[in-house]
This record gives sequence, structure tokens and C-alpha cells, in this order.
Amino acid sequence: MKLQRRDLLKATGAAAALGSLGLTGCAMNTLGTPDKARVLVVGGGFGGATAAKYVRLLSDSKIDVVLVEPEAAFVSCPLSNLVLGGSRLIGDLTMPYTSLAKQHGVTLVKDRVASIDAAKRVAVLASGASIRYDKLVLSPGIEMMWDGVTGLKEASAQGRILQAWKAGAETVALRRQLEAMPDGGVFAITIPEAPYRCPPGPYERACVVAAYFKAAKPRSKVLILDANEDVTSKGALFKRVWAEQYKGIVEYRPQHKATSVDAASNSVRFEIQEEVRADVLNVLPPMRAGAIAVQTSLANSNARWCNVHYLNFESTAAPNIHVIGDAIQVAPAMPKSGHMASSHAKVVAAAIVAELNGWEINPAPMLSNTCYSFVDDKRVIHVVSVHEYVAAEKTFKTVAGSGGLSPAPNELEGTYAWSWARTIWADALA
Amino acid sequence: MKPTWMRRPVIVAAMSAAVCGVQAQPNEQQVLRARSLAATCAQCHGTAGRALAGAAVPGLAGLPAGYLVEQMKAFKNGGRLATVMPQIAKGYSDAQIEQLAAYFSAQKIEAPR
Repeated sequence: MKLQRRDLLKATGAAAALGSLGLTGCAMNTLGTPDKARVLVVGGGFGGATAAKYVRLLSDSKIDVVLVEPEAAFVSCPLSNLVLGGSRLIGDLTMPYTSLAKQHGVTLVKDRVASIDAAKRVAVLASGASIRYDKLVLSPGIEMMWDGVTGLKEASAQGRILQAWKAGAETVALRRQLEAMPDGGVFAITIPEAPYRCPPGPYERACVVAAYFKAAKPRSKVLILDANEDVTSKGALFKRVWAEQYKGIVEYRPQHKATSVDAASNSVRFEIQEEVRADVLNVLPPMRAGAIAVQTSLANSNARWCNVHYLNFESTAAPNIHVIGDAIQVAPAMPKSGHMASSHAKVVAAAIVAELNGWEINPAPMLSNTCYSFVDDKRVIHVVSVHEYVAAEKTFKTVAGSGGLSPAPNELEGTYAWSWARTIWADALA
Repeated sequence: MKPTWMRRPVIVAAMSAAVCGVQAQPNEQQVLRARSLAATCAQCHGTAGRALAGAAVPGLAGLPAGYLVEQMKAFKNGGRLATVMPQIAKGYSDAQIEQLAAYFSAQKIEAPR
């Protein structure tokens, strides 16, 4: 059960690349040590990065951890709407993975997992190298279901109709579209039926874009076209903000399920309601578990999400593969959020350390979730929840009487939101 | 065959028995569970309760256990007002609060190198 050093060299292209990955001489030696268990983490988002760090921490570095992630740096989806609003740059939300190697001895491999052989416990990388594992933590995030909206894949590939739902270059491109839009224009965002990544995210986006318009292009409009019956998160708070702070700017329309787009006319058609044309169109298609999960036949809930045993997040479809983050079929009232992915990661890390030590898994794990949404560049509303494992029902439920919302948007929580962001990034990466 | 690392005893820093209020040293499994429970606080308060420099949310590492228990109970019963903490504290039992307090009070403020 070991990562062959020559495989790793092949995986990273060249021996010289190992240095740039932050591998120390010490870490190199562990690659050749056959008597350590290995946890392979696939995906370096909030879930994967946190899992990699916490397996190292909770095992007191007794377990080897390899993290495979194709991107060179972590880009935070939380707070990326502020880039669209213009108060932040994408660089403010971008961090390297190098501390995971330097501070925690995680072996970083910049590559993509092409396939997983669950029976043999081997992952094959796009480069052709293979990595054997004792336990695999799969944190693949989400994949857009392009077929859900006819014409969207092409319009997206042309850079015409963007999603910007995975923060990065698209976020910057959508900001440019908003900047280029003339005053008096319309920005329309379409929301798929729940569940999707980050329930309050689209409504936060509408708010911060409205704040930008109010300041810079006051005759412009924000149109929210929601496939759902009603606002899916923080509904009363968002609606009050739209009515009071963005009266005449934001319009909310429920029951608008997008079915197709036309890039030439920048318009979107719906299942029932009338077609809408906008100057800047932001179409979020339905989502499902990241491609590698679907391809490995782990997405066994509606062919979209991965069913797991919640006690240790092990897939119900394959042993020794633990799926976390947005990709799972969620328990009741469990949001698809970065904070929740981080919470999954910590439960799975402790469960794996226990299992590999031959100990009983914690029968009563806990999860927390704190979610801040900006309504402009400073004021924020929150929703929080605490979740306990209920053994009799083999699922997580929110603890009765706990959790709740902000009474109203406020600047103090804007400060806390930034504190939260810096801290959760460090908790995952530093 | 079990790899040799599994046969070796895992050395884990044990929590102070005095702080825990129990006589026996907690075993490795109990320590793992306490660390796992405390990790639910780390997204906002920092890994092992060590706050980042300049963070608006306070660190918890090294604070007296009695103080931590008192504050959590005050959040729970409405004696201390705050934005998210009253709502979060209600999610933890008194026994869990005792465990959390014992864990954080035993943490050094500086991360080990």
C-alpha cells in the first residue's frame, strides 16, 4: 500500500517539480516507507483540503496523506460574490496549497484523478501514474448538468453566458460583463431547483450586484429568476433587503425553471413562464456530484448525489471511499456549503484515524455550519446550525432549539464574516 | 497483515486530568473524540482554538476551563448576548461544553513547530 516514488515523479512531470510542490526531504522519505497507512484525498476544496490537514493532525502525523488537486491554488467560492460587486479582487480569495505540505507533511500532487478502482484501492491519474490507498476521501465538488438547459454549454464555452459558480476566471469575466453593461441594462440570474451548491449564494449575488448598480448604474435592474417556489435560504431577510434597500432595482420571480438559452439574443426560455432577455445573463444549470464520483458509480441517489453512511461518510456504493462536501446526498437541513464540507471533513478524518487504529468510530459525531451572506459590500446576514448524529435514524439532524438567523443586516457581522473567511481558509490550508 | 505503524502505540498528548475533572488519564480514543468535537469550533475560532492575528473572533486556546463553561452556559441561557453564539451554544449539551472547555484550556496559544 504505497505510492511508488517513480509514480509520483511521473505524476508531477519531473523530479524538479517535487521541489515546487513543497516536498521536503523528510516527506520524500515517507514515500518510500511501506509501513504507514495512506489516505488519498481527491479534490482540494473546503472538504478535501480540510480532510488532508485533519487526518495528519488527528493521527499525529502517523498516517500518510496524499492530496490530488488539478488547480495550482485554492479559490474561495464564499465571498466571491464581492468580486462581482467590485469591492474585492479574486486575488483576495486565492491561496496556495503549499502550507499543507510544509506545515503538515501532506504530499501534494497537481493532477486530476482519471479513474478509481475501488476493489483494488488504486486511483489512476490523468498523467497515467497510479496511487494505492488504504482510505480514499473523495471531495469532488459539483459538476454542471449542461443538458438541463439547452444551448447553455455552447454559450458558456463561448464566454457569452457565464455561471461563475466555481470561483476563478469566470468570476472575473462576469465582473467585466457587469462593468461593460450600460446604465439602464438588466442583469438576470437564473437559479436551478434545490439542491444546488450554496443555497443563499444566488440571492447574495443579486444583492451585491444591486449595490453596485445603485452606486454606479442607478437605472439598471437585477432580475432573479428562480426555479423554486420561493427563496430557498434566508428568505424573509433577503426579501426585506430587496424591498427596502433595492426597491425598483431587484425583482424576484419564483417558479422560473430555465429550459434553454439563446446566446445570440442573450435570452432564456422557461418551462412555463415567458422568455426573458437580459444584457448580462447568469444561468445556473442543475448540478450534481463532481464527474469522478458519477464515473465511479458513487452517485447512487437520483444519479446526481452520493449516498453515504453518515457516521463516517463512507459511500454506500463502494467500501473505503468516503465522500464529503457538496457531492453527497444531504441529510435533513444540511446545506451544500464550504463550512459544511469542512465539518464533513473533520468527522471523516476522525473516523478514518479511529478505523485505521482499530478503534470504534465516534458514535456521536457533530457538525456545525455558519453561513454569512453580504447584502452590500459591508452589511451581512447569517444562518447557523448545529447537527448531531442520530444513531436510531442513522442520519444527522439539527439539534432541537439550536441555530437561527440574524435579526437584520448589520456591519458587525460583516466584520465577523471576514474573520470567519480568513479563519476557515487557514483551518483548511495553513 | 497489519502494517507496523498500527502495532505501534500512537503517542498522543493526553489532556490534563486536573482540568478534565476526572481521575484517570483519558485514553487515546477519548482524546481523539475530544479533538474531533473541538474541531467543530475551529472554522471560526482557529485550528485548536488558536485565533489568527487580528481576527475579530477570539481564540479559545489556553483560556481557563471554568471561564469557557461559564460563557457557553451564559450564551445558552440568554445571560450573554451575541450574534451567532447563543444559537450555536444551544446545539451543545452541558457534557459536551465541559469536554470542549477541558480541551481548549489545555491548548497552548502558540502552535507547536
